[in-house]
Amino acid sequence: MDAAETSLPMDDVALVERARQGDAASFSELVSRYDRKIYRLARHITNSDEDAEDVLQEAFLKAYEHLDGFQGNAKFYTWLVRIAVNESLMKLRKRKSDRTVSLDEPAENGDEPMVREIAVWDGNPEQQYSSDELRAILDKAIANLKPAFRTVFLLRDVEELSTEETAAALDLSVPAVKSRLLRARLELRERLTRIFKKKGDDVFAYL
Amino acid sequence: MTFLLTCKDFLHELSDYLDGTCDPELRSKLEKHINECPNCWVICDTSNKTIQVYRGMDPQPIPQEIHDRLMGAIQKKMAGKCGGSSA
Repeated sequence: MDAAETSLPMDDVALVERARQGDAASFSELVSRYDRKIYRLARHITNSDEDAEDVLQEAFLKAYEHLDGFQGNAKFYTWLVRIAVNESLMKLRKRKSDRTVSLDEPAENGDEPMVREIAVWDGNPEQQYSSDELRAILDKAIANLKPAFRTVFLLRDVEELSTEETAAALDLSVPAVKSRLLRARLELRERLTRIFKKKGDDVFAYL
Repeated sequence: MTFLLTCKDFLHELSDYLDGTCDPELRSKLEKHINECPNCWVICDTSNKTIQVYRGMDPQPIPQEIHDRLMGAIQKKMAGKCGGSSA
């Protein structure tokens, strides 16, 4: 790689191609691009630092091992996410060996999304809380969602994959992604509103 | 004939509305509903803020020791794949 080439960041496709040809530095670059996101995703799905580290390693090792099988028409990151989600769900299943943890688990409480807390928020949480406090609040809210819902929310609203990419990464239909996303967003809205609402300002509360 | 949206209808369309993926006709019906229904306005506003607050959180750096172990495992794998001397 000459100096002129290093001045511009290479896109993932080019890095994957070089890594396939045995260029270790290119794969290391892919790792440093995505390791934080993959670790965060794995932590959120597994709710465990230890499992998240295992998932992080497994995801990148499997990606490296199967680089030849990677379809160039998919995004490398989406492919990596798919591996990491599968590894994370396997961890969850292992931990809860007597219970099935699956992305296929049906939505409970019927199809009706639940809305109870109807109150405006008291200003901007990003200004009201330190970033550590806010992170803890947001993490806890996500941790309480069922895996089927939190996984969809994480991919769509935290990792910012498109609906189609999320569906592809999770082997779900687009309508299934949309319905789970709505449920997840409303459940999180519910939990966060309990914390962030203006105190004594339930003026809109009904039923 | 135009049909008025109920709050239940609004809720079902909320995600697409927030993502900007519903068609213009439905969108204008949803906007009309929000302007007339304070409850749905609040739900829409707080749902949007929920999404934004999550999107605003950058991933934290990985603890150094976890990063080191990751790179160590990858380098070991690379050495194996490239037929380099095994450890």
